Amino acid sequence: MSGTWEPVIGLEVHCELKTATKLFCGCRNAFGDEPNTNVCPVCLGLPGSLPVLNEGAVELAMRIGTALHCEIRPSVFHRKNYFYPDMPKDYQVSQYDAPINVGGRLELPDGSTVGIERAHLEEDTGKTGHIGGEGGRIHGAAHSLVDYNRAGVPLVEIVSRPDIFSAAQARLYAGELRAILVASGSSDGRMEEGSMRVDANVSVRPAGRAELGTRCEIKNLNSLHSLARAIEHEIGRQVALIESGERVVQQTRHWDEDQGRTVTLRSKEEAFDYRYFPEPDLVPLSPSADWVADVARSMGPMPADRRRKLTELLGEAAGGRTDQIVGVVEKDLEGLVEAAVAAGIGPALALARTANEASANPDGAREVDPISYVTILRLEQEGLLSATQAKSVLATLLDHGKESAALVAKLGEKGTPAEIAARLGFEALGDDSTARLVSDAVEANPGEWARYLEGEAKLAGFFTGIVMKASKGKANGKVVAAELERLKG
Amino acid sequence: MTAAVGRRGPALALAAAVRAGEVSAADVVEEHLAAIAGCDGELHAFLVVLADEARAAAAAVDRQVAAGEDPGPLAGVPIALKDNLCTRGIPTTCSSRILEGWKPPYDATVVERVRAAGAVAIGKTNLDEFAMGSSTENSAFGPTRNPHDPSRVPGGSSGGSAAAVASGMAPLALGSDTGGSIRQPAALCGVVGMKPTYGAVSRYGLVAFASSLDQIGPFARTVADAALLFDVIGGHDDRDSTSLDRPAPRCSSRLDDGVGGVRIGVLRELVEGEGMDPEVRGRIREAAEALAGAGASVEEVSVPELRYALPAYYLLAPAEASSNLARYDGVRYGLRVDGPDVGAMNAATRAAGFGPEVKRRIMLGTYALSAGYYDAYYGQAQKIRTLIIGALDSAYGRVDILLGATTPTTAFALGDKVDDPLAMYLNDVCTIPSNLAGHPAVSVPFGTDGLGLPVGAQLMAPALEEGLLFQVAAVLEGAAPALGLPRVAAATLGSGGRAGGEDS
Repeated sequence: MSGTWEPVIGLEVHCELKTATKLFCGCRNAFGDEPNTNVCPVCLGLPGSLPVLNEGAVELAMRIGTALHCEIRPSVFHRKNYFYPDMPKDYQVSQYDAPINVGGRLELPDGSTVGIERAHLEEDTGKTGHIGGEGGRIHGAAHSLVDYNRAGVPLVEIVSRPDIFSAAQARLYAGELRAILVASGSSDGRMEEGSMRVDANVSVRPAGRAELGTRCEIKNLNSLHSLARAIEHEIGRQVALIESGERVVQQTRHWDEDQGRTVTLRSKEEAFDYRYFPEPDLVPLSPSADWVADVARSMGPMPADRRRKLTELLGEAAGGRTDQIVGVVEKDLEGLVEAAVAAGIGPALALARTANEASANPDGAREVDPISYVTILRLEQEGLLSATQAKSVLATLLDHGKESAALVAKLGEKGTPAEIAARLGFEALGDDSTARLVSDAVEANPGEWARYLEGEAKLAGFFTGIVMKASKGKANGKVVAAELERLKG
Repeated sequence: MTAAVGRRGPALALAAAVRAGEVSAADVVEEHLAAIAGCDGELHAFLVVLADEARAAAAAVDRQVAAGEDPGPLAGVPIALKDNLCTRGIPTTCSSRILEGWKPPYDATVVERVRAAGAVAIGKTNLDEFAMGSSTENSAFGPTRNPHDPSRVPGGSSGGSAAAVASGMAPLALGSDTGGSIRQPAALCGVVGMKPTYGAVSRYGLVAFASSLDQIGPFARTVADAALLFDVIGGHDDRDSTSLDRPAPRCSSRLDDGVGGVRIGVLRELVEGEGMDPEVRGRIREAAEALAGAGASVEEVSVPELRYALPAYYLLAPAEASSNLARYDGVRYGLRVDGPDVGAMNAATRAAGFGPEVKRRIMLGTYALSAGYYDAYYGQAQKIRTLIIGALDSAYGRVDILLGATTPTTAFALGDKVDDPLAMYLNDVCTIPSNLAGHPAVSVPFGTDGLGLPVGAQLMAPALEEGLLFQVAAVLEGAAPALGLPRVAAATLGSGGRAGGEDS
């Protein structure tokens, strides 16, 4: 089956903007407050109330558009009409055929690029809770309660092109998009709190065919994990249908996380006719060229830019280390790599320690004193700390976060690196004792030594291993190698 | 009670007397409450009379005067508010069962502004349900009657406001005009009614019918009073995104400027058009002559595109209404009729809460916006709107003001057109173009038909030309034949002569 069918996926991501107030009124935009406390005539849609657009929300939408390389255009709000109790006006103010952000792209860490159709502004709905039913579902509920705190919270809906071809890539896209939302200061991107919500459009087609198959939209994807699982499942379901001679019917499906399957929510025939028309209570939105330029200027670099920059810095050392680069940028730690490389630490070592040790304690790493961090890396690079010791020291250092500078300062300016290491609780082996362990190893293994002298160079590893074991890892590999060379004469 | 005439006379004179301490606002309010008690049993212009609130507000005005403060240009002047304007803590019904029990937690911007100017809200007036109608017969709480002939309609949808002002129950009133809902009842009741430029007056707190057409405007017995009230309610409001970024208007200062050199176009379609009553046509011709006699240059103008205005309006307004009225679903406020699930509850509530005309327009509008029909109906109607704006603009290249009838006929009998929606809709044929274009227009009483029923002359102006509009309206008012006293009116209303005459 695989190889004959190609899945095609497009994602629609709703993200709540991190504004202080709602999209059309001055009510607080906050998660988790007492129900119906952040409400007013406007966001409750009371008769006679009118919306006034929040400039801050427009700016954040423009930041998202800029980050996604979209064109920022004059836009128009429309009303999307349908009845739902958690929607105070029974229409949602959204953007339809003239969205603010059009035609962008998102570069994924794996090197692929996904096209962005649009990223438009709209208002969120309230939340309905069902009382007395099973698991909060509407079926069997005695009554329902609506919390309008979320009604009118600004959303940007980001619609991808159908440029995604696997569940893994979909997950990568959603993760990268989240990173961009956070990096641009637009949204928290918290899927579990609903500040980022993902719907997936999934279809399959015979591999190699250009024409798209019939798609289904999957809703209720509450984590990146669910997203990947649901898409996998849906691809399988569609392929099975087609292979058994049936057809995929266009419909909206609900992901049931517990059952691990998608179920029909509504078919195309039951789809709403939203009767979109231009929202007459708002005027068209036309950000000035200056405003667009100001937003672009105020943007920090996006993850893809930062990965590119880090890759350039690492040069050849970047090869084959994409995962480490992605991880370091994701945790916002490339500053440590840059500091280390600038201080003369080898790029491979700088990346490895940051991607592993520093990333294991990202909070500590963001607060650690970079000079102290680099000091430890230098001790390792100069052979005064073994790799094992350096890792251990770094862990201690990262645990101290903000106090790391003080910790290293306590070591004093003076003293040999060995003394410093000792004060840190490690006894680095001096060169003399290493030399003694090397000669002990040579004497104990005359046969191997003879073969080494005859040119069997790989036996250097054999002797190094013995020395390391004897020193409990405290010996420096480079000193061992130098001593072996010296004895070889 | 010596200044009885003055108290019921034009708002300007009342406010001047109150500010000068010659009359107390309390007495003015009592006088008008007495007028309401005397007339409203027959007219039913008010849905609620705010006697206690009005007395309290008047007392506050009197305290200000006593303390040497100026309560404002409308000091102590009673004002009637159309019941689609939100009033904090006071039921706002839109004459609909569906808003049963709802009290807005806020005041409309215009309500705040008239209060800040010293006016005293004396009651909420009857209207066609959600302002949909031309006779006030579509009120869920019974019709309002025309003070000039209680067997006839006052027009609509602001029929309550028009009747209240015409009968002397209030010197001023606010209404809303979506397709003529201020001007048409003003014409039928023999008072001045004006629709401002779209965006000149904040809509915040006006319960929406058709958002892109709705405007709030003044009713008064004189042009000067209407201009004064417009000056008070106009100007930018941050709470309405469609509110124009302009300072408060100052139309009152231009009323004596005359019409010398002003170019008046007699709009053929609004004089000779199909269904135009010959007597109405005659009065408009006389109005044109009067303006010419006062120094205006008068010519005939034709804007044939106006024939498309009515059909375009009856697509656009219902389309917007179908969306604006969706929120009355029984979930949050007003009427709720229970059902087995939410959808059934919504449907039962709306079936019980809305009257037939509102349902008709919701269905028309829903259809016009439906997938597959949008371009043919809503889209096409928007194009007509653009066409009409362009046609009027080019007319205004030749003339400054257009003159025509406000309504094709004078007031018709109650029940006459309730079973014929199209005949009812045709009543708005003269007023709709200004709404589609977003332009200001005013109806000024100009004589009567053979039955003594008032005829309204309509003046139309380009956007934001309210100053010129009132300037010409003042001249027209001065030249108008005397209008007989309404049959149902406050006892002292006629003491000053024709309605709109100065007190003395």
